Amino acid sequence: MALPLDSYLGIHPQALKLSARRSEVLAANLANADTPNYKAQDVDFKSALAANGTSTLTMAASGAASSTLPMTATQAGHIPLNQPGDALTAQLKYRTPNASSLDGNTVDAQMEQSNFAQNAVRYQASLTFINAKFRTLMTAITGQ
Amino acid sequence: MPSFNIFDIAGSGMSAQTVRLNTTASNLANADSVSTTAGAAYKARHPVFKAVQSALAPHGVNQAGASTAVKVLGITQSQDKVPARYEPGNPMANAEGYIYASNVNVVEEMADMISASRSYQNNVEVMNTSKDLMMATLKLGQ
Repeated sequence: MALPLDSYLGIHPQALKLSARRSEVLAANLANADTPNYKAQDVDFKSALAANGTSTLTMAASGAASSTLPMTATQAGHIPLNQPGDALTAQLKYRTPNASSLDGNTVDAQMEQSNFAQNAVRYQASLTFINAKFRTLMTAITGQ
Repeated sequence: MPSFNIFDIAGSGMSAQTVRLNTTASNLANADSVSTTAGAAYKARHPVFKAVQSALAPHGVNQAGASTAVKVLGITQSQDKVPARYEPGNPMANAEGYIYASNVNVVEEMADMISASRSYQNNVEVMNTSKDLMMATLKLGQ
């Protein structure tokens, strides 16, 4: 019997993946803090995780068939959108700026920094959860 | 963190801010440079930043928008008026006794320098945090 490791780990691997991607988006915001006309972006974490979680769940339940029809890329030049397990791109949204600046840049460095710190802590939390799950498993295996 | 993109992004930000610091250093160093003609006078230099979308990842995972690095498009020269000073004793003075100083605004440059340095530090922080998280991921399950 194969161990259902994915379902055993629960939502945490997906949360981890999403946190990693979100940190990328926030890093891009911080790197472009002085770029004229750059619009700050962020991930709608809740809906992205929901989309990510359900897509992998339905994938696991019914093989490859998903309840919603995905967009297909028929030409080599097509940009893939909404890949299963990569719901981030679809959930990427522009920030509403608190105070708009004259150069069209909407990055608030302080806000991005706090979001980045928060995201890092969430990433570590997910890691801790996964670690604990593995440790539980190891305890069960070794029986000590 | 499985992706190394973040290092490229933060690295591009750091290199862009370094260019900005370089132009500031050049401007401050030349703040008191003089020349004989207005055209030859030193003009304040400033970099122009542009956000660049990195290419699509090879395995069809669309990361466009998620990884936006910074690129220095070029260096512009300030169009501000070059101040002329009447200094007939200066060896650089023209026939009418005028010399042309640079149009560098020292106060503006100092503020720009602090801004560039803070932005650089932000990128360093991002890189440090990402590195720590990556190391933690490597130690997963141990």
